[in-house]
Amino acid sequence: MGVTEPQVHASEAALIERVAAGDTEAFYELVRPCERALFLAARGVVGNDADAEEIAQEAVLKAFSNLRRFRGESKFSTWLIQIALNEARMRLRKERRTLHESLDQPLREDEGDYVPRDFADWREIPLEALQRKELRDALARAIASLAPKYREVLILRDVEHLSIADTATVLGITEVSVKTRLLRARLQVRDALAPGIDGSWSLGATVYKKVRPW
Amino acid sequence: MVIEITCEEVWREISNYLENDISPELRARLEAHFKGCAHCTAVLQGAGNVVQLVKDGSVFDLPNGFSNRLYKRLQDRLATRRRKSRR
Repeated sequence: MGVTEPQVHASEAALIERVAAGDTEAFYELVRPCERALFLAARGVVGNDADAEEIAQEAVLKAFSNLRRFRGESKFSTWLIQIALNEARMRLRKERRTLHESLDQPLREDEGDYVPRDFADWREIPLEALQRKELRDALARAIASLAPKYREVLILRDVEHLSIADTATVLGITEVSVKTRLLRARLQVRDALAPGIDGSWSLGATVYKKVRPW
Repeated sequence: MVIEITCEEVWREISNYLENDISPELRARLEAHFKGCAHCTAVLQGAGNVVQLVKDGSVFDLPNGFSNRLYKRLQDRLATRRRKSRR
């Protein structure tokens, strides 16, 4: 992006000072670059747009009320995304939805290596094919099917391009965990997108022709 | 002489390899492995495609009007604050 970390902190600090001095428009300037990250982080937890949007709004309001507590130890965006994630998780607990994994269980890393499926016999998906809308929809479904802890890392790293360090801060995990989870997330999405046994997409779309040449 | 590595070790490092976040020695070992292993080459390509596709970001658009609604909610909160502080 061409902006160094110290520069980001300096411009954030300047905006925060303006907010403290009563310039509340400046607060929106702080929030605007984070909007998509907020929405996606919340959506990754609660799984639907409406709740995710409400949570994103709540997070912004909460951040505004608590701006005095922000000490600038991390980036403002990191802090704001953490708030959104906490709000999202609290909402899930309140609504007692059935979860694929309980939020209250300690988040152990999965044991053992993830074994990626072997499609070497079939053509790997060429990048050109990835332009189609159907594949984009399949991608969205594939990501939605990930366990939350993998989905969150994939969104923060590969969609929002947070650094490994910032991702670790937001999620409260080690950088090693970020890398491990990112690896699993990427491999699981690959497997979810890859052609099924007869060459059609395993996610149910019948649009694609068989990819085997015979 | 490049030390051979197993497929399992390659899979563990594939994400780091894509980010260029590995040592030159490990990079050389992976690349030597890819030359002789179709499965791992396919995994690398697939994982690389995932990163490319996800990076695209158009899968992840904000709902229409999101920004406006957020801004309005913030404005409403500020208006409430101002009214309260006048009492």
